[in-house]
Amino acid sequence: MSDSFLPQKDEIRRRLEGRYIGAVPHNRALNLRVADYRPEHLSLALPYREDLVGNPETGVLHGGCITSLIDAACGGAVIMSLVAPRRVATLDLRIDYVRPALPHQEVICDAHCYKVTRHVAFVRAAAHHGDNASPIATASGTFVVFRDSRRDVDGDSE
Amino acid sequence: MRLRDAVSAVRESGDFGPLHEAIPYAQFMGITAELVDDDVCGRMQYSEHLVGNANVPALHGGTLGALMESTAIFKLLWHGETEAVPKTINITVEYLRGAKPQDVFAKAVFTRRGRRVANVRVFAYQDDPDKPVAVATAHFLLVQD
Repeated sequence: MSDSFLPQKDEIRRRLEGRYIGAVPHNRALNLRVADYRPEHLSLALPYREDLVGNPETGVLHGGCITSLIDAACGGAVIMSLVAPRRVATLDLRIDYVRPALPHQEVICDAHCYKVTRHVAFVRAAAHHGDNASPIATASGTFVVFRDSRRDVDGDSE
Repeated sequence: MRLRDAVSAVRESGDFGPLHEAIPYAQFMGITAELVDDDVCGRMQYSEHLVGNANVPALHGGTLGALMESTAIFKLLWHGETEAVPKTINITVEYLRGAKPQDVFAKAVFTRRGRRVANVRVFAYQDDPDKPVAVATAHFLLVQD
C-alpha cells in the first residue's frame, strides 16, 4: 500500500485516519488505523491489546471490540462511496463468527459498500488476521445516509 | 481469578464483580451486571472513550453491541450448568435511537435455550426500558467444539 512514488497517498491516509479515527473517540481508544482504502472500500485494523481480551484463558479479543471494528469500517466504506460527506448511522449490523479468532494477532476488517440509494447504504464486510481468504467473521450491514446538511452537524437519528 | 472460578463465585454470591474483574475487555468498557428482581441486568458505565460521534453526541454503535453481547453471555453463565463460556455464533444488532452520553442498561431474554445452542434477544436502553436505543438477536454455542 505504501507507494513511495505517490507521496499523496500517505497524505490521503492521514486525512482518512483523521476523519474515521481521530474524530471518533471510541475508534481512537481502540487504536484503529486505516489499513487500505479505495472508492467504496475501507479496511481498518485493530491492533491486539491485552486489555481488549474477552477470555483470559484463551487470550482472544472480545467480540465487542470486533463489533466496533466492523461497524467503524462499514460506516467508513459508506462514506467512501458518497460524492459528498454526509453523516451516516448504522441501522443494523449482522456478524457471523465463522472461525475462532487467534490470540496476539491484529484483526483487519475489509468493508465494501456495494449499493447506495438516496437514503440507505448496504455494506458487506469480513474480518481476518491478514489473509482475507480465511475470515474469522463475515458481516453485513445497512446504514441510513442523512441528506439534511443541518443534521450532518448537530442532528439526531430521530 | 480464573474465569471459571469467577463464574462459580458469581453463581454463589449473585455479585457479578468477579466476572467484571476477570474479563479485561469488561473493565476497559465499564461493562458489568447486577441482579435486579432476580434478572440479570447489564450496565455500561458512561465514559468519554465510548463516544462514536462527538458532534451529536452519541455513543459508538459497537459499544452497544458489546454491552448486549456481554449481557447475553452474563445471563447464560448465570443460568448455565457449566463454567464453559458460551461462544457467539452470530449477532445482529439493530439501532433504534441515538444513545446519549450516559450509562446504558441491557436486559436479555432467552428465546430458546437448547442443549447446544441458545437464541437470545437483548434490549439496550437508557432512561426508559420501553424506549430501547438498540436491540440484538444472538446465537450462542453452549458446548465445546
